[in-house]
Amino acid sequence: MKTKMKLISAAVLLAATPLGAAAQEQALVIGMPIEPPNLDPTTAAPVAIREVTWLNLYEGLVQIDRNGEVQPLLAESWEVSEDGLTYNFRLREGVTFHDGTTFEASDVKFSFDRARSPESTNAQKQIFEPIEEIETPDDHTVVIRLSEPSGNFLYYLGWGDAVIVAPESADSNQTQPVGTGPFQFADWVRGDRVELTAYEDYWDAENIHLDRVTFRFINDAQAQVAALRAGDVHAFPNLGAPELFAELSRDERFSAVAGNTEGEIVAGLNNKRPPLDDVRVRQALMNGIDRSILIEGAYSGYGQPIGSHFSPNHPAYVDTTDVLPYDPERARELLAEAGYADGLMLTIKMPQMAYASRSAELIAALLSEIGVQLEIQPTEFPAQWIEEVFTNKDYEMTIVAHTEPLDIDIYQREGYYFQYEDQEFAELIEEAGRTTDENARFDLYAQAQRKLAEDVPALFLFQLPKLGVWDARLEGMWENTPIPSNVVRDVRWAE
Amino acid sequence: MILLLLRRFASLIVTLLLASLAIFVVLEVLPGDPAAIMLGTEAREDTLAALRQQMGLDRPAYERYLDWLGGMLTGDLGLSMTYRVSVSELVADRLAVTIPLAVMAILISTALAVPLGLIAAANHEKVADRGVMLFAQIGVAIPNFWFGLLLILFFSSYLGWFSAGGFPGWAANPALALKALLLPAIALALPQAAILARVTRSSVLEILGEDFVRTARAKGLTRRVTLHRHVLRNALIPVVTVMGMQFSFLVAGAILVENVFTLPGLGRLLFQAMSQRDLVVIKDVVLLFAALVILVNFLVDLAYAWLDPRLRQRT
Repeated sequence: MKTKMKLISAAVLLAATPLGAAAQEQALVIGMPIEPPNLDPTTAAPVAIREVTWLNLYEGLVQIDRNGEVQPLLAESWEVSEDGLTYNFRLREGVTFHDGTTFEASDVKFSFDRARSPESTNAQKQIFEPIEEIETPDDHTVVIRLSEPSGNFLYYLGWGDAVIVAPESADSNQTQPVGTGPFQFADWVRGDRVELTAYEDYWDAENIHLDRVTFRFINDAQAQVAALRAGDVHAFPNLGAPELFAELSRDERFSAVAGNTEGEIVAGLNNKRPPLDDVRVRQALMNGIDRSILIEGAYSGYGQPIGSHFSPNHPAYVDTTDVLPYDPERARELLAEAGYADGLMLTIKMPQMAYASRSAELIAALLSEIGVQLEIQPTEFPAQWIEEVFTNKDYEMTIVAHTEPLDIDIYQREGYYFQYEDQEFAELIEEAGRTTDENARFDLYAQAQRKLAEDVPALFLFQLPKLGVWDARLEGMWENTPIPSNVVRDVRWAE
Repeated sequence: MILLLLRRFASLIVTLLLASLAIFVVLEVLPGDPAAIMLGTEAREDTLAALRQQMGLDRPAYERYLDWLGGMLTGDLGLSMTYRVSVSELVADRLAVTIPLAVMAILISTALAVPLGLIAAANHEKVADRGVMLFAQIGVAIPNFWFGLLLILFFSSYLGWFSAGGFPGWAANPALALKALLLPAIALALPQAAILARVTRSSVLEILGEDFVRTARAKGLTRRVTLHRHVLRNALIPVVTVMGMQFSFLVAGAILVENVFTLPGLGRLLFQAMSQRDLVVIKDVVLLFAALVILVNFLVDLAYAWLDPRLRQRT
């Protein structure tokens, strides 16, 4: 062990020289824009926590693979009863946590009970809401009974919020994370990097190639590119600067892959505040926006236009961009019908993220063509935005990316900041949630997408692209993120 | 002298108390709920309430302020709301980056500025003077974070001599750690050097016009000796004043430069704590910055006394 550690530190030193001999040592340095505040995805929401830990450090009963499909992980197999109320999981044997304790059915029960307890600060508590009872007939079987059928229950169990933790270590996971994943926690230099090393007793250790993974936190887009060029960082799965991405894609030292995230960039509207409570006004705004101009201007042409709030990665996606296409003529007619033939004034609360500020400025320019004057109010994200827009609903228009997978149901939630509250839509979403037959559920989601596209509770702009850049000799990086993550279990350096 | 020290020290304490109150009040009225930031847009009300209680946000403001002050006195800076580790630990790690960075920047800027200012003044209205003034113009005009980016592009991306930011830590190899601080220190030092060089130049020029300089020259001292023995020491008082005032700019500059070079320093900690609304860390770090600035000004006052013996008598 000692000699291995020495070898590894030698590897790290070597990797510090530009484009060094890292290829032989199987060490990987991944760059991320934001540092996670802690390393426990079951107690806080920030995406950065999942980007370091999900499937690297922690594992769930099931996983979501690179195509967005649910696959076995800590559960080898499962059966769902006819009525969709009982899930019987058969657990994998021979799995241990990084502290050496054995993974058993009681850990699953502990993890889910902890997540749904009143003291829990789990950011996605609704995942566990349908659970009525968890039984552990033996060490390798877990039976979960639901109070009502939940069509997406298995899918949600694949999220970072539902990973399995051990009672011995759960309380210190924020700073000393212990999971069952292929990599274990080694060090965290706050403000700089988190280091993980391969876990020797991992149940699938022979298929893990990397010895060490370092996550470095570099916020400035220019500094990100400089770190890549200098060889300090081998991969940036989400490069912050679309305008530099094209340049890097011409550099043969790098693979530059434009994939999709689950993030929909939408300009949220306050559906209760006049004049936005009039569907004709909202439709006019949508008709006034040329999505291709936004994508070109805000993201250098990367990103797929969307007509509703649904990821093109998902099998239930339907293209609704033609429901209210760019048509300034029609937009002016609609405004005149609604009584605003002379135009109107609106304000947009604009967060500082580059995609948001660039889009907001382009939207303002486009809307002025149809007689809508848009006043831009810079609003600090997340602090000020959450308070003013999200909590107090003190806004007319705003713009953010909604990055959670399968989150069309936010339009149905009571008190959510769009304040859409449409009965027909709510029924579609509730019905979809209860439906366990996949085809029937997807059909309901298709109807819900069309309903949103027609009612435009928010302006649907484009899917946030994932601009990944990494050393061309790296294999196995994920091109899309069907769920926020940087999964490195399949990553290796080419021979 | 001792009385001067005591009086200075008392005003230092009062200033710090006022600063702590100002910081606390500003953070109370600043929009942004740290619990809501941690839990994101999907969180339910009961979850938020649970986290607020864990963070101690459900307690009245005056209680939290007194707790904070009391903790300070016993050296307990509290627990970071987001990182969940003690702030003392976080700050100690960060000071090990920021203090050496600031010291290096001061050394570099002084080493550059004082000779440049002297040369310019000694060659008033000649080519050397024009050159120094041009440098000073450019140095003041260039923002230090942008200059830092230029340094990275040239020395890291193009020449490959330095890594493009990051910090290896002092433990492993102090030489590498110093090397990692060199480019950011230069980026931080350039605007300071430009200002200092101008101040040195004009101050030296002013002294050069004084009667005692003419006397010194008249009694046969060479230009060089006059400059070094009589002019420089007298000219340094305004220079030291400006250096003291610049310290707060240096601290502010460190926030930007540390971000560009991704150095895990105090400035970057503050920047991150700000966007996460980690109120405990913000309060501690801002107060620490305030204390540093006040302390440096205190030292500047002492430096006056050393430079100008008359000031020692005034107490």
